[in-house]
Amino acid sequence: MTRFVLKRLAGAVLVLLALSVLVYSLFYLAPGDPARLACGERCNPQQIAQVREQLGLNESMFTQYLHFLQGVFAGRDYSTGTAVVRCDAPCLGLSYQSDQQVTRLVLERLPATASLVVGALVVWLVVGVGTGLLSALRRGGPTERILTLLTLAGSGTPVFILGLLLLMAVCAYLQWLPFPSYVPFGENPEQWGWNLLLPWLTLGLFESAKYARLTRSATLETLAEDHIRTFRAYGVSERSVVTRHALRGAVPPVIAISAVDLGSMFGGAVLTESLFGIPGLGKTLIDGVKAIDLPVVVGVVMVTGTFVVLANVVADLLYAAADRRVVLT
Amino acid sequence: MTPLVEVTDLTVEFARSGDPVRAVDGLSFTLDEGRALALVGESGSGKSTVAGALLGLHRGTGAKVGGTVRVGGIDVGTAGPGELRRLRGGVAAMVFQDPLSALDPYYAVGDQIAEVYRVHAGGSRRAARARAVEVLGRVGIADAARRSRSRPHEFSGGMRQRALLAMALACEPRLLVADEPTTALDVTVQAQILDLLHELRRETGTALLLVTHDVGVAAESVDEVLVMRAGRQIERGPVDGVLGAPAESYTRRLLAAVPRLDGPVRAPEDRSRKGEPLLEALDLRKEFGRGGKAVTAVEGASLAVHAGETLGVVGESGSGKTTLGRMLVRLLDPTSGRLRYGGTEIGALPERELRHRRRELQMVFQDPVASLNPRRSVGESIADPLRVAGERDETRIRARVRELLDRVGLDPDRYEAYPHEFSGGQRQRVGIARALAAEPRLIVCDEPVSALDVTTQAQVTALLAELQAELGLGLVFIAHDLAVVRQVSDRVAVMRAGRIVEQGTVTEVYGAPRDPYTRQLLAAVPSLDPLRAAERRERRQELAVA
Repeated sequence: MTRFVLKRLAGAVLVLLALSVLVYSLFYLAPGDPARLACGERCNPQQIAQVREQLGLNESMFTQYLHFLQGVFAGRDYSTGTAVVRCDAPCLGLSYQSDQQVTRLVLERLPATASLVVGALVVWLVVGVGTGLLSALRRGGPTERILTLLTLAGSGTPVFILGLLLLMAVCAYLQWLPFPSYVPFGENPEQWGWNLLLPWLTLGLFESAKYARLTRSATLETLAEDHIRTFRAYGVSERSVVTRHALRGAVPPVIAISAVDLGSMFGGAVLTESLFGIPGLGKTLIDGVKAIDLPVVVGVVMVTGTFVVLANVVADLLYAAADRRVVLT
Repeated sequence: MTPLVEVTDLTVEFARSGDPVRAVDGLSFTLDEGRALALVGESGSGKSTVAGALLGLHRGTGAKVGGTVRVGGIDVGTAGPGELRRLRGGVAAMVFQDPLSALDPYYAVGDQIAEVYRVHAGGSRRAARARAVEVLGRVGIADAARRSRSRPHEFSGGMRQRALLAMALACEPRLLVADEPTTALDVTVQAQILDLLHELRRETGTALLLVTHDVGVAAESVDEVLVMRAGRQIERGPVDGVLGAPAESYTRRLLAAVPRLDGPVRAPEDRSRKGEPLLEALDLRKEFGRGGKAVTAVEGASLAVHAGETLGVVGESGSGKTTLGRMLVRLLDPTSGRLRYGGTEIGALPERELRHRRRELQMVFQDPVASLNPRRSVGESIADPLRVAGERDETRIRARVRELLDRVGLDPDRYEAYPHEFSGGQRQRVGIARALAAEPRLIVCDEPVSALDVTTQAQVTALLAELQAELGLGLVFIAHDLAVVRQVSDRVAVMRAGRIVEQGTVTEVYGAPRDPYTRQLLAAVPSLDPLRAAERRERRQELAVA
């Protein structure tokens, strides 16, 4: 198992390197001048040239990339014109816009994203798996048809529409909650929860549809297997057959897919964060792309990539733990 | 005394997209306490449906059940949910066919038995767990306390079947319903399970309803036999009467199709040992994996096949016979050793040079369902080798495929039909036609008939023999069934754990086996003669001790 993890981690490093090359290339292919944007609207050409020089944009793409790698593995020094700033490894560079260290920026934004995603996970596990199980139990009946309709509607509604509807209904029309604004957990846990309730529901319900279908099909698939017949033939009640034996078959796929989803959402549940103004990684990424702020974009993408790759390793480990027949190689 | 099982005029109908299929049609029988009855018939005869009906397994499935079934005084058709649960496992316990899929892969074997026990006997989890260990020990699982914590995939096939028997025994039922309990097992393991079943019944006095397609298994295990065909009873009577002097012609045909160890062998024409062998293997070895995890699947295998000759390869699962067969046609590359075909060394020949010889070395696979592409018509599947050989003329391809279909006894007009429209035997004929399309000189048949009923099996082996005589093919016939191999082969190789332990003519190997393993295998084959069952049990025990 240790061998498996080491092998996968080594693979992960290669994947991340490839990812960084890809993002760098894309960035240089895209139109727009980061120096002009960083300098501001009133800059004259000389000032822009100066900024370009300062940001290191005059160097070749290859050299810039090498500098980036050096920063990640060894750290590097930046001159901001007046002083020299030391950026320790893993250094993802300085933002063109704010001169802030990207590593620090990412770490600052991560808790907001984590709060959103973990809460949403709870929602989709409870609602999604619950709905899936219920429709598997009531297969063929009206309950299942209604649930199927709801899950189809759920997965067919874009997340921002769902979020807007919730916002309008709960905050504007019913006025049960104030319009949410993010409060860090460390500041006020209660406010943190209330303010995140709608984002959790939005993202969680949106994802629930997928998990409901996954749970339903995995449970039904297991119900059709021979060992279910064994327990029925031995007088085990239908309820235990479904909850103990059939649902158990749905656990490994749900775990595996949840872990991967969680990983990719750590890179920012972009739409949900933008909609509710949560200062998370997704919002950071969007702002970075708008301003052609290469270090920020690369930084967020690298962090997202890391989470996705790690989540995949974790998913494999959890899958093997949930289904002992699986051998990791 | 009322009988334990009373089935009166049972009919079961399955609704299948519009037209209902009548699986059981007006069947009646009784079974007394402590007695054993076998339902024997070919696939589709409705025998498993009857077994399910005894436990009310068709209730709530949409199947239409008519007539009455009473088991231990419970009317299965009308019993309430509580009574039905008491019946299932408490009064009558079912032992299913495939021990791999009949247990939940996610839970420990002991926990599954304990769960069933608690449904019927109640009590604490601990007591149930203790009972599970006790019955596991009873069915011969060594170190039962520890092994009860294993999951099914950590058990061998035979151990899983023992665990299922343990589950059945846990609640001390009055009736065991065993649906093909040994079909998925090797012949030696099958013998162990049947012996165990016999011993347990002698001890507990449990009645047995055995469902099987294998007449030999029935002969070893029961007092009475009921022969079924198309949902109806053909013949019923004491086992020695029905199997010894069948009254009905269907029973006679069924029995005649069963390959026997004392049946006729192929006429010993002197076709072997004439001239150069077609294919010769010398010291073949195949290793899978690398380094410390390497597994040697075949080691030191040497054999020769002449044109017009059939070499049988027998062995239990995992003995390496399929690996050997695949190496012979170079579907697998031997790790070492020599393989000569028509005077050329082909064991390590690069693919490019091997290519034009591949045509002459063909293979017929075990599972006719899995080895045909379900999304292509059978005609197209048969045409594949022709196209690979470079034939481009569609008219010629069609003509050749029609000829081949006709040759293997299928309607040439079914070119456009898909595999699912054919029966198992017909699909295997398609597989043979595909192998013939390339005009091979040697065909390796890997378990070609093990998925088929005895009568279909007899037809397919007859077809192979006919084609061989006509085309002078060399055949390698791989099978786990010793009786079939004896029937079709000129010479036989017995494999165990990757090695050929014995090789010789059919008369030598079956008449005077030299290797103890061969003797053990032969003793494990169920005999059709019920009177000799007890004698053979003793002999098996002697061999096991030795």
